[in-house]
Amino acid sequence: MEENTVKPGLFEKGGKLGWLHSTWDAFDTFLRVPATVTSRGAHVRDSLDIKRVMIIVVIALIPAALFGMWNVGYQHDLAMHDLPGFWNQFFWGLWKVIPLYLVAYIVGLGIEFAGAQIKGEEVNEGYLVSGMLIPLIVPVDVPLWMLALAVAFAVIFGKEVFGGTGMNFLNPALLCRAFLFFSYPSSMSGSQVWIARRCGADAITGATPLSYMGEGMDSITGAGYSFWNMFAGTIPGSVGETSVIAILIGAFILIWTGVASWKIMVSSVAGALFVGWLGTAFGATDVPAYVQLVMGGFAFGTVFMATDPVTSAQTECGKWIYGFLVGALCITVRLFNPGYAEGMMLAILLMNTFAPLIDHCVTSSATKKRAKEVSVA
Amino acid sequence: MSNNIVLKKGLDIPIEGVAALETIKTVTPDVVAVKPTDFKGFAPRLLVKEGDKVLAGSPVLADKQNPDILLTAPVSGTVQEISRGDKRKLLAVVIKADGSNGSVDFGKKDPKSLGAAEVKETILKSGLWPSIIQRPYGVIADPALTPKAIFVSAFSTAPLAADAEFAFKDDVQAIQAAITAVSKIAKVHVCVNSESSVFAKLQDATLHTVVGTKHPAGNVGVQISHISPIKKGETVWTLNLASLAAIGKIFTEGKLVLDRLVAVTGPAALKTGYVCALPGTPVCTLEGCFDKDVETRFISGDVLSGENIGKDGYLGFFDNQVTLIREGRERELFGWAKPFRFNQFSSSMAYFSWLLPKKKYKMDTNTHGGRRAFVCSDVYGKVLPMDIFPVYLIKACLAGDIDKMEQFGIYEVLPEDLALCEFVDPSKNDIQAMISDGIDLMIKEMA
Repeated sequence: MEENTVKPGLFEKGGKLGWLHSTWDAFDTFLRVPATVTSRGAHVRDSLDIKRVMIIVVIALIPAALFGMWNVGYQHDLAMHDLPGFWNQFFWGLWKVIPLYLVAYIVGLGIEFAGAQIKGEEVNEGYLVSGMLIPLIVPVDVPLWMLALAVAFAVIFGKEVFGGTGMNFLNPALLCRAFLFFSYPSSMSGSQVWIARRCGADAITGATPLSYMGEGMDSITGAGYSFWNMFAGTIPGSVGETSVIAILIGAFILIWTGVASWKIMVSSVAGALFVGWLGTAFGATDVPAYVQLVMGGFAFGTVFMATDPVTSAQTECGKWIYGFLVGALCITVRLFNPGYAEGMMLAILLMNTFAPLIDHCVTSSATKKRAKEVSVA
Repeated sequence: MSNNIVLKKGLDIPIEGVAALETIKTVTPDVVAVKPTDFKGFAPRLLVKEGDKVLAGSPVLADKQNPDILLTAPVSGTVQEISRGDKRKLLAVVIKADGSNGSVDFGKKDPKSLGAAEVKETILKSGLWPSIIQRPYGVIADPALTPKAIFVSAFSTAPLAADAEFAFKDDVQAIQAAITAVSKIAKVHVCVNSESSVFAKLQDATLHTVVGTKHPAGNVGVQISHISPIKKGETVWTLNLASLAAIGKIFTEGKLVLDRLVAVTGPAALKTGYVCALPGTPVCTLEGCFDKDVETRFISGDVLSGENIGKDGYLGFFDNQVTLIREGRERELFGWAKPFRFNQFSSSMAYFSWLLPKKKYKMDTNTHGGRRAFVCSDVYGKVLPMDIFPVYLIKACLAGDIDKMEQFGIYEVLPEDLALCEFVDPSKNDIQAMISDGIDLMIKEMA
């Protein structure tokens, strides 16, 4: 604890650098809890704030990020045999992933700060999480200018035009990925993009298990992928999505702290298993339903993206429906679109747009039911 | 006969400074204030001027819309000051007490032998009518209406609330008389927290036992929503124990006796306990209970819904609790990022308060964060044992959408019912103020 020192008048509204007030305030409150006291209503408040909520998500993402960094180096070594040893692989991966983080945070936060400055509001913390997510859901070799463009699109058109964190209806990180995917498909899909290469070197071929989806379980195992190495995550893929173990650690943190909804996670898994089972029962695929859970971005999307409290369903009953449909849609896309088998991104974005409708149905049916009950009594 | 209401949701805020069960002193203040601002919907018209002599029970203010609704002097003395605020808004009529205990004689009456009209008339004359709150909206009851029912909560679960069994131990008979009286107007429901409560023996009322002690189980609004939710077009009245005791004494003693045991509580209180005081007593008379050198917030009522009255303020009419807390202007370095903050309470698992379930905290008025849009969706429902969607109701209020406010239950709530939602809100919105603005809009639009 320390005494409240006077903020430099320089940055106060009306001060010489008053136009930088939001930026100053963001750094100031980042360092120290604001001195604001309650004015209307409850005189004491819980010590939980949005900064804390966001930092919990960032912490939950760290295992997946660290694993992803190592895996970038490890996959490169598997293909080229030039990176012996764990630390070599990790630091090589770190060196590959850091630029993604720099671009994601500098571009995204830059726009957030500028937006807050123009509106004269406080800077929202939401982008701390989006910026942490974005590098984990793209191929590691995505050109940085593309990433910068996609981040700018996602932050401006996914969030700021709606009024910032809390007002957006699409998950900004996924919107960023969708922008990349539809604008630059050759850098985002196929079998050439998943393994990091050295500067100037030719692309390394290494397909993800999902690209064998259409050909069935035999070709997945034939390509060297088993349930357990997909579970552990030692496979090619987007930076952070491969290791289900690291993602489960994150899921535990999110559920324990109550920051993300376990209902959405559970129902998403249930939805995926259900459609996966239907797929095998009706002969659409021979990939067992439980294998679907460890392939591609399903686990990462279920734990970190579908549970975004702003863009998911808001009602408790709605969360069950929303989660189930996310999982079900994801596997449906996988089953019927072998050309692009990664259904998670589209499933979540689609359900983001339907979440308000789900909530509307839940709330209006509950209030109607209640009105009836009451009038009977 | 007793009916059980089982409530599981809620939260008891572990704040330090519960009142010791002893009476510290009887406060005999020099001045006592009559505050029309304590009563929602009361448009005051002055009936006295400075220098006038009044007795306890003499009318001081009347409602402009309904001149039968009076506020009366709690003590005998002289009108010392008419205190006004911005735009000449009448804030208080300050009466200098003469210590003579002179009071208007309303005549002892046996409430059993009275009819509804006589009961109403007696309460109106005594100046206690404004203590009857009408829902929806929490305004002064309209004497021309007959409500669906009258609800009384015989216990409070608010943080550090006065222990009803201790505070009203001498008033049970008066409360019984008042319940008998108002039961002539409409059916009375009384909620108690255990079947062994002294209030569980009250007659002329339907008793309900609330199982579950977490706040807001003691809020009458929560109890109503479980007994008989308020539909559009219905009205119910509520009374608190302090008002019932005063109404009862009008019948049993024939005079206005507003003295009550007031709990002095809070982490900034040097000494906690109960003082015998009148509503309108200046809070500065609690000398010795607070440290003059510490910037203290004086709250009439509890920390969730009480009013910040300042060190020169007066105890509110409905309150039997004063809470003293420190203004929290210190700036904690990296507060939000610290893994452990053992001196700050959070109901969330994102902190480690759960490691210390018995700890009581010295809470202050810091908001612990900046204001944001609504982000988290499931924190509010966990502390609201009512069948409504709190965030949807709040957003409807913000949007001023009358239809949606109706749909999401604006008739059933008062700001105090959502106070815990405000406490736990990580976005630091002033939820009670939002609900209050929504209610004001409803009153304006539905008039």
